[in-house]
Amino acid sequence: MSQLAIQEKIREKAKELLSKKEVDLIIGFSNWTLPLRTTPVFIRTPEGTESLIWNSFCENNLATYIHKFSRFRVGIIVKGCDARSLTALSLEKRFNPERVFLIGVPCQRMVDRKKVTKAVKGEILRAEERGEEIIVEGEEFKTVLNKKDYLYPSCQVCTHRTPIQAHVLVDDPVEESPLVEIHPGVNQFEKKTFEERWRFFEKETSRCIRCYACREVCPMCYCTECFVDDYRPKWIGGGLQPQDLQFYHIVRAYHQTGRCSGCGACERACPMDIPLTYLTQKLNQDVKELFGFEVGLNSKTPPPLSTFEVDDKGDFIK
Amino acid sequence: MEKSWEPKILAFLCNWCSYAGADLAGTSRIQYPPNIRVIRVPCSGRINPLFILKALQSGIDGVLVSGCHPGDCHYLSGNYIGRRKFATLKRFLEYLGIEGGRVQFSWVSAAEGGKFSQMVHEITQEIKKLGPAKRFVKREDSRAIKFETQNSKDKTILK
Repeated sequence: MSQLAIQEKIREKAKELLSKKEVDLIIGFSNWTLPLRTTPVFIRTPEGTESLIWNSFCENNLATYIHKFSRFRVGIIVKGCDARSLTALSLEKRFNPERVFLIGVPCQRMVDRKKVTKAVKGEILRAEERGEEIIVEGEEFKTVLNKKDYLYPSCQVCTHRTPIQAHVLVDDPVEESPLVEIHPGVNQFEKKTFEERWRFFEKETSRCIRCYACREVCPMCYCTECFVDDYRPKWIGGGLQPQDLQFYHIVRAYHQTGRCSGCGACERACPMDIPLTYLTQKLNQDVKELFGFEVGLNSKTPPPLSTFEVDDKGDFIK
Repeated sequence: MEKSWEPKILAFLCNWCSYAGADLAGTSRIQYPPNIRVIRVPCSGRINPLFILKALQSGIDGVLVSGCHPGDCHYLSGNYIGRRKFATLKRFLEYLGIEGGRVQFSWVSAAEGGKFSQMVHEITQEIKKLGPAKRFVKREDSRAIKFETQNSKDKTILK
């Protein structure tokens, strides 16, 4: 089904839910002022659903907003990763699943706007999507780009594009095969030597300005008081000392163990372009290898670090 | 200076087994290296990975977490839950380029004074081989380091 048809179906379903008063609010995507970007919208009236859109730039993880609307019955438009985050959140009892209606959209993988911006010279003023191609226009150029070459790394490795947990799917499920077997970030990082790995991590984290965008955008980072804000005990210094930055990045990633759906929202939110998914994706791989767990596939299996098996591997313990 | 360097090892011992094991080693007059500093915790499941990271950041050369043998936990499943945390943390630190040998785990029961002493010998040797911790250690004079911003070549120095 074409993207416009999917968009129509999303609007139709959203309108139906709102006019029948089955939900109070629809969370979806809408156009914004900039090309290559979309913005999350919160719609309360059936007429408002006309602003809902669907394209390859609907990259935000909408599960993040579920905490803010716990008093409402929410309809939410989900991709594979959003739905898995929501399942993980419902396992942690963050919301009442009965009050949330999932409109599932099988995801066609999202396009990396930063890669597109780098591919052309000059400012992009218009962008249009046609099938497998994106047409970007500036003042002096008009380029046709193949969508396949400009996908997010986390989307390239995605094997759960269809939100099977959704109450309704607007399109047929897509074929679940990754374009790349191992996450490119993890792959490159693992090829480095021990020394190089630390140097890379040190160098990349040194750019951090501690804006906490990666934390705010993540659906799984919902603590009312984050460990960085703790004053007693004070886990982490307040400045930009490299060790504090490293501490923050290690712990932020580690707190995602067995909870991260790998949507890549953290990396997209980073204003300093610090790679972050190579950390969380590795932890996901570890959890799969050690405990055979994948995030958000099952609403019964508890998160791996809150449970145990008697015969877990313990050969590293003396 | 190098010759006289002795590693500092922080040991989190569980109240019910390993702490009693260390106590038994002491009362039985079994010798073990004085490099470990013991912190008594209620259970090895109490260990938040933040403790371990904070210790490493504060300049500790090695961290030992020791608890009851699987199945013997006073709180039934604390050490099983801890085991999963330790497994993922150790792998993650090695992945990042922090020596995995600096983070050690063991099961020592209250009757294993001998094992405790032997294990402390072993890990002290291992950490001595690794040398003083350099990575991730915050010192008084650590400053933000120089870096080049990606888009422009002008160097930004934060001091």
